[in-house]
Amino acid sequence: MNVLNFAHAFFSDGAHWHGYDGIPTRFSEHVQYSLEALLIAAAIGLPVGLLTGHYGRGGNALALVATAGRALPSFGLLVLMFIWLGFGMLPVMIPLVVLAVPPILVTTYEAVRSVDPSPVDAARGMGMPEARVLLQVEVPVALPLILSGLRTAAIQIVSTATIAAYISFGGLGRYIIDGLYQRDYEKVIGGATLVAGLALATLAVFWAVSRLTVSPGVRRSG
Amino acid sequence: MNGFFDLPSDLQHSYLGLVGLHLREALLPVLAGLLVSLPIAQLCVRFRWIYPPVLGITTVLYAIPSLAFFVVLIDYFGQSETTVMIPLALYSLVVLVPAIVDGVRSVPPETLAAAQAMGLGPVRRYFQVQLPIAVPAIVAGLRVAAVSSISLVSVGMLIGNQGALGNMLWNAQTYHRPALAVNSVLTIAVLGILVDAALVVVRLLLTPWMPRKGAAR
Repeated sequence: MNVLNFAHAFFSDGAHWHGYDGIPTRFSEHVQYSLEALLIAAAIGLPVGLLTGHYGRGGNALALVATAGRALPSFGLLVLMFIWLGFGMLPVMIPLVVLAVPPILVTTYEAVRSVDPSPVDAARGMGMPEARVLLQVEVPVALPLILSGLRTAAIQIVSTATIAAYISFGGLGRYIIDGLYQRDYEKVIGGATLVAGLALATLAVFWAVSRLTVSPGVRRSG
Repeated sequence: MNGFFDLPSDLQHSYLGLVGLHLREALLPVLAGLLVSLPIAQLCVRFRWIYPPVLGITTVLYAIPSLAFFVVLIDYFGQSETTVMIPLALYSLVVLVPAIVDGVRSVPPETLAAAQAMGLGPVRRYFQVQLPIAVPAIVAGLRVAAVSSISLVSVGMLIGNQGALGNMLWNAQTYHRPALAVNSVLTIAVLGILVDAALVVVRLLLTPWMPRKGAAR
């Protein structure tokens, strides 16, 4: 098992645990890029998805936007933005946000649209204004699906944020890119392991969040 | 040498050659993923308890970044197309398996009972009743898988220029020709959209009994 040997060698080397190129620094950089991108993508995708889902309109337009977003290659976009905009955070954020918006948008739309209409009608019949119908009835019922959309987006961001290193940023991708150029496979495998670990940790976080926030009644019926 | 579609010679391909290479590197894995996920999905439908763990495994595989995957596989397959295609095939499972399972499960029990009453055995029932009815769901999954696969291939550039159209990105930087990067990104996006549209046509052809233009909704 070459891979395991490389990974072990990487993690047991004390030099990899300190300083600006140390695992803690790179790890927190990676988390920071990912969170920023996820927040921006959610700020775009959630409101649009909730509103279109609530009114049940614009599904075709959304599907088109989502396909276009998926079709744009993140890595190509990164290089292109880097050439056009130069060094900065923007060339990293644009591809990550473009990557993350489609899953959030489409799942949120589908989730809200497919909520059982009878409780929604009941809420309206009780005199709830539209905003409360959306926030207090539709969102809680649709929450598991909405969270799954956010989860997909988050995982894609975490895996893709590695390429930020290609245009001289930090993050865990640093190890992979540097390692590839230095022919230092120990470093490459170590970086790859860390990114995969972070992605799995993201899965776990979303699992925990959905345990905490999804109401027990919804969970049982779903 | 300055036309939009003229490529530097170190790419070793013409523009159309790269397009063909890109489609092959992106779509063969999706095809392989489909062939693998059909039996897996059938198992999940027959034995319900398998489904959650299968979903878990595919999600975990999906969480492994493509670059990390490539790097590990270099050890076994070198910096080759195979190294790029294996992760793409594994990623497609996370979309395809649930799509097929949902599609096959959506077959109404009356339809299955009717098939049984007509004397169809389990094999013919699967191929002639369940699979055709599941086609819309399967194609919906294929669309997502194929488009993502097409856009992911470009990362292959980082492991020894195995990224087909993505290889142009490296040239764009090295030779300071931004037009090459624009060309690469646009071509990949257009390819994705065209393949998506082609799959919609395939679905219309395979399911002539469905209402056109989604009139049912």
